[in-house]
Amino acid sequence: MPLSAYLVVSVALFVIGLAMVAARRNLIYVLMGLELILNAANLNFVAFNRENPGDLDGQIAAIFVIILAAAEAAIALAIVLNLNSRIQSIRPDDADTMKD
Amino acid sequence: MGIQLAFYFFAAMTLGFALVSLFHKNVVHSAFSLLGTLLGMSGLYVTLNADFLAMTQVLIYAGGILMLLLFGLMLTKPSETERSLKRIFVAVILAGGTAVLSAYKMAGTVWSSGDGELPASTVKEIGLEFLRFDEWLIAFEFASIVLLAALVGAVHIARRRFPIDDTNALLKAEQGGAN
Repeated sequence: MPLSAYLVVSVALFVIGLAMVAARRNLIYVLMGLELILNAANLNFVAFNRENPGDLDGQIAAIFVIILAAAEAAIALAIVLNLNSRIQSIRPDDADTMKD
Repeated sequence: MGIQLAFYFFAAMTLGFALVSLFHKNVVHSAFSLLGTLLGMSGLYVTLNADFLAMTQVLIYAGGILMLLLFGLMLTKPSETERSLKRIFVAVILAGGTAVLSAYKMAGTVWSSGDGELPASTVKEIGLEFLRFDEWLIAFEFASIVLLAALVGAVHIARRRFPIDDTNALLKAEQGGAN
């Protein structure tokens, strides 16, 4: 398949993730949207690596993105659980303690 | 031909399940359709000659991150008034703008392409690149430090310091003491 087919899939995935982050008022959905956005970036890395096959830098960058996504998911879930036990809500709008 | 069929199948799987998880009302169903998206992505990696990455995707995303998300869903209460017209409007503007801008930029671009061919199996090459000092060794070791620090930090943040029901009483007691 040509490179542009993969880029179209990647853009569509990115847009879906962006809409999920923006539209949903639930922190878990925001995290799921972030995972979709990171996956779209990864697909780009790997697709461009196939077009420039001199080395494997694209695939290795994708592996680092996966590592950081795992760390981010662990930290973010811990923050969500802590927030839930403090203000009994996981809506991003409700976390405004530091505004006062 | 087979690669093309596989690409169409996995692309449809990825985007279809992503759309389901965007529009479904039930949070748990959304999380499970994210599983379909992640598995479809792993199939797309296979069509791109990235077998190690496909395996890693299944192991870490489908096995680890999705499990974390499901635990987060089970331990929290979904909010009742989840949808608001304003948010959906903002999301449509953002998503549509991004899609149009990307299509406009992609239409006139000629991407660079190099010679050669990816190896049939990338596992050994990726391992050698990671362990070569002038390539990725330092970044690899730093990634392990980042993971360790993130996991220790996550345990510290998620540890419960007070019973849930007494949160407000405890806050009030603290404020009373401060005054």
